[in-house]
Amino acid sequence: MNGPATRSRSGRARGRRAAVAATALLVAPLAGCAAGADDGITINLYYAPEQNFQTVVDNCNEEADGRYRIAYNILPRGADDQRTQMARRLAAEDTSMDILGLDITWTQEFAGAGWTLEWTGEHRAEAEEGTLEGPLESARYEDRLYAAPKNTNVQLLWYRTDLVDSPPETWGEMIEMSRQLRDAGETYQVNATGAQYEGLVVIYNSIVASAGGSILSEDGTRALFDDGAVRGLEVLRDFASAGVTDPSFTNAMEDEARLAFQSGNGAFQLNWPYVYPAMQSEAPELAENVSWARYPGVEPGVPSKVSIGGYNLGVSRYTEHPDEAFEAALCLRNAENQKYSAINDGVPPTIESVYDEPEMEDAYPMKDVILEELQDAANRPLTPAYQNVSTVLAATLSPPGRIDPEATAEELRQSVQDALESKGVLP
Amino acid sequence: MSEGRRAERRLGWLLCAPAALVMVLVTAWPIIYSVWLSLQRFDLKFPDEREFIWFENYVTVLTNGYWWSAFGVTVLITLVSVAIELVLGMALALVMHRTIVGRGLVRTSALIPYGIVTVVAAFSWRYAWTPDTGYLANLFGDGAPLTEQASALGVIVLAEVWKTTPFMALLLMAGLALVPNDLLKAAAIDGAGGWQRFTKVIVPVMKPAILVALLFRTLDAFRVFDNIYVLTSGAQDTSSVSMLAQTNLIKGLNLGIGSTMSVLIFISVAIIAFIFIKLFGTSAPGSDNEGRR
Repeated sequence: MNGPATRSRSGRARGRRAAVAATALLVAPLAGCAAGADDGITINLYYAPEQNFQTVVDNCNEEADGRYRIAYNILPRGADDQRTQMARRLAAEDTSMDILGLDITWTQEFAGAGWTLEWTGEHRAEAEEGTLEGPLESARYEDRLYAAPKNTNVQLLWYRTDLVDSPPETWGEMIEMSRQLRDAGETYQVNATGAQYEGLVVIYNSIVASAGGSILSEDGTRALFDDGAVRGLEVLRDFASAGVTDPSFTNAMEDEARLAFQSGNGAFQLNWPYVYPAMQSEAPELAENVSWARYPGVEPGVPSKVSIGGYNLGVSRYTEHPDEAFEAALCLRNAENQKYSAINDGVPPTIESVYDEPEMEDAYPMKDVILEELQDAANRPLTPAYQNVSTVLAATLSPPGRIDPEATAEELRQSVQDALESKGVLP
Repeated sequence: MSEGRRAERRLGWLLCAPAALVMVLVTAWPIIYSVWLSLQRFDLKFPDEREFIWFENYVTVLTNGYWWSAFGVTVLITLVSVAIELVLGMALALVMHRTIVGRGLVRTSALIPYGIVTVVAAFSWRYAWTPDTGYLANLFGDGAPLTEQASALGVIVLAEVWKTTPFMALLLMAGLALVPNDLLKAAAIDGAGGWQRFTKVIVPVMKPAILVALLFRTLDAFRVFDNIYVLTSGAQDTSSVSMLAQTNLIKGLNLGIGSTMSVLIFISVAIIAFIFIKLFGTSAPGSDNEGRR
């Protein structure tokens, strides 16, 4: 009786020893991989593809001097794919992500889900110091800071100096100018992003903000669509039905609008700054007759407020090295590195003083107008449910020529409210 | 029932039990959990707002235009693709069954589409139908077939048919083997032509196999996902119900609404299976009395 029992016990012990040894063998090479620095702290950064961002990461690794090493994990190119990869892994409490590159419209969502750590004390002070208010607002949720703005972006009005003497200041004025050009048999079209997607929401949001309206209530829990928002629907409808847009306006995204203007079909274009360097290299003769101005407003004499884009850096709730992650994130977005990214990757900085740097002159001839817009910018609705709100907005606003302001506003109040209450169904 | 038969039956049950038990454990828990999730407001974006709301999610989904549009698209794709597959699959099965020369080669080559991973095949279809990269895009005049609802659905159905016709043919071939040659010879002597032999002898004898093939394919087609995901990502109202559920779960982070859709898909599939088994009398080949010899 005794024999087998003893044998089995010693057999178990042997088995356990073997298992431990095998595990050690398996884990050893992995540990070797992870040990980038001497004490082996690796900070995993997950960020969108950005051509020269590795240089910024290398700079910060040098600065860290072996205390940690940042590994740049490149997320997919598509914004949706970036977001879903991070969301899936965070929902599963993945500890292997430390710093997250968040589009400014996801920042509230990740904060609301409890996936990003709040920025406090020293870290918060450093992230806020000298940072433009618009981008900073996009990184806040319920009056707390959940990310550090890395770069921003804002659309401008581009126009043909050979057709237009001075740029229009309002949408109404732009429509009028375009009509006059059309009647004179000149190039007259306005190229803009009218397809059923985020770009249409960006336009509408800018118009609403310029008209002094609001889409959501102050705390982001109710769908408001006040008078300014209804006025915005009117302006958008008038623009789309005035016969001044490209025939394919309702299918145009950024690049379609850019190419239409670049091939000489437009007198005006509403688009991001990237269109200018592209135009200089692809249509240099046209570029000589193209200038830029502040995005059109709604009321004469009232400057526009324009929707901003860009990326924020958040720190994952499940990180095992929060201190190092905050420090690394701050380094990746410090003034020096923001300037480098602005010049080499064309992403406008969020720290105001960077705009005064002499090197910015060449890279951003239009930087004064960009800064002017950024100092008085508008954010898209700040809510964790932004994905649903944006989907509903794009679907309802498209095609913009068929908007009936009062009725559309009423419809939006209902469907956006549903989205805020998790009753929205995504198509 | 004799003593021997009863013992045999008991042994049969015992032999099945482990497999049945594993199936219940593996499939029952996720289904129960989905039903449980579907009765809550559970949105990862608002973790503090989680609450039990009975059937509100079902009301939300069943009164939503996107859901019914996706449901219509799914039913359409299912009916059209299964109908085409049945005809083509039957033709292919007859060819494979009758082939004397190079039978192995014919069967192997017919099975190639079924062996290719759906997503990979879908990508090659996508590029083929995209202007500039594709050799099919300009087949029907200018334009991009994948950017219009009707033509995009056509492309999706084509991809489905191309992919699963061999599977249908394989199942039908198994059914063809059930048809005794004596019967066909007798029918020929009685003066039945080829078409008559097919409709009056082969099809009735094969009925169980045909129904099983139809049932399998209908259930599969109703859950169509990967082809649509790659070809259109659901744009221009080409989402199927599975696409919609995935979008709301993964992209929308809305576990309540997404699970509700999953449960509704499960119920739809159960109804389809019920209709086939109860109304058409589908059963596994060889389990009914005609098939038994």
